[in-house]
Amino acid sequence: MSQTPAIRVHQVTKRFGSVQALAGIDLEIAPGEFFGLLGPNGAGKTTLISALAGLTRPDSGSLEVMGHDVRGDYRAARRALGVVPQELVFDPFFTVRETLAFQSGYFGIRDNGAWVDEIIHHLDLSDKADTNMRRLSGGMKRRVLVAQALVHRPPVIVLDEPTAGVDVELRQGLWQFIRRLNRDGHTIVLTTHYLEEAESLCGRIAMMKEGRIVALDTTANLLSRIEGHSLRLRLPANAPLPVPLESRVTAAGDGWFSLNLERGEEVEGILASLRIAGINILDIELGKPDLEQVFMRVMGKIAASDFRGKLQ
Amino acid sequence: MSGFRTLLYKEVLRFWKVGFQTVAAPVLTALLYLLIFSHVLEAHVRVYENVSYTAFLVPGLVMMSVLQNAFANSSSSLIQSKVTGNIIFVLLPPLSYYEFFAAYVLASIGRGVVVGAGVLLTTLWLTGAHFAAPLWILIFLLLGGAIMGTLGLIAGIWAEKFDQLAAFQNFLILPLTFLSGVFYSIHSLPVFWQQVSHFNPVFYMIDGFRYGFFGVSDISPWISLAVVGGCFLLLTILTLKMLSSGYKLRS
Repeated sequence: MSQTPAIRVHQVTKRFGSVQALAGIDLEIAPGEFFGLLGPNGAGKTTLISALAGLTRPDSGSLEVMGHDVRGDYRAARRALGVVPQELVFDPFFTVRETLAFQSGYFGIRDNGAWVDEIIHHLDLSDKADTNMRRLSGGMKRRVLVAQALVHRPPVIVLDEPTAGVDVELRQGLWQFIRRLNRDGHTIVLTTHYLEEAESLCGRIAMMKEGRIVALDTTANLLSRIEGHSLRLRLPANAPLPVPLESRVTAAGDGWFSLNLERGEEVEGILASLRIAGINILDIELGKPDLEQVFMRVMGKIAASDFRGKLQ
Repeated sequence: MSGFRTLLYKEVLRFWKVGFQTVAAPVLTALLYLLIFSHVLEAHVRVYENVSYTAFLVPGLVMMSVLQNAFANSSSSLIQSKVTGNIIFVLLPPLSYYEFFAAYVLASIGRGVVVGAGVLLTTLWLTGAHFAAPLWILIFLLLGGAIMGTLGLIAGIWAEKFDQLAAFQNFLILPLTFLSGVFYSIHSLPVFWQQVSHFNPVFYMIDGFRYGFFGVSDISPWISLAVVGGCFLLLTILTLKMLSSGYKLRS
């Protein structure tokens, strides 16, 4: 018997006026996955998450969380889902602990103090637990939003741009915590603008554009779509580049030259030709394909041969 | 039911935490109305036999405070949550729209009753206590608060910015309450305006409420109960339809 998907989206469409926000989305996410939802602004990511959370009603199609329809069986679906919204929202009347106690209560959970304390501890909010939400920094408010999404121990957690505007230290701490939740069996769905985060965290990724999923695969498979490496060399000023190499340069500036390689072993030949030409190499960088290149390729913003990702 | 209870508790705590603004201030306002109007009109106006103008004024002011504060509670809570975005905290959990409706309306009644009780207690020393039919007082108190709490919910759902809510409050709620017989009996009005007053549901709330204090009123409290009860039923149906359709809350 096949396992019930953590999330199942079937033929979902949604239109806001003249904008087709979702144009027939089909998606299944298995329990325990760390899934990335990527796309430019306006691609429909937040609309899809909102539909999943019951905040937006689709025009057609169906959505399920842990096998529960988000409309027909909304109580069970919402209990199974924790959402960290993109906007930094808070209720200015209450403290962190009150906020979390209310959120527990809304989900019908009484006496949630021990779990709330644990979340507060893990999100490094212990010394702010009795502080009014208004007095918290942006990063701390963000952590409270994560805590609010976890009070009812949902098996599926959706994070919509959780690290936008968050400093590096907090971001690392947040990801450690989310990774732990994923290891503990929680399904994680993440949207982020930081593609390196998605690359390092997500096992599978969907890329959205104009309300459609335009790429859906494991992160490894998506990265393998980009063949070759990029090589950057810093050479002495005015050094004449050997003619065979000139045609391979994709970008140049400040003494740096960028070249595309189809295979890693081509590096040796390039270095040899520079040696023969008597040019000293001042510095060298070898870049692997990254998700940004895949993303740019999928979004149709660059030509297949233009590997700018590492070069800018 | 725990989700409902939590939302109700949160809504009550919300106004209680800013009690100076939400309770003490309206009590003071009503007291000022009473002092000024009774000082100016006590010797000139007598509506019912054996009831001084000041005593006549008290139930009207109590009810007006109940109505305005019940409306303010649900409407301001919702618009603030919508504008700041924290409305999602009550939209994400598994709360039914019945629970949502009941929590907001009951909290509104709660604030209305607290303010109304405050006005009554601070004015008793001026007028003494008259409670001819306490059950009618209670019925109209609760129904009046419920109607305005429901109207506040409708306004809070409909309005997208504070300006729109202020328009609802200043151009609908305020005229309806001021022109309902708080400060006068409609029998003192020209016939045309008496007829117009009969189309104002707030008139029935205040008249029925006043009956509970003095045992006399402009019209039968049963008629007032029928009108007020009917209004509450209609507004409840409308609000539940708005909530079930997701109007402006679940786009």
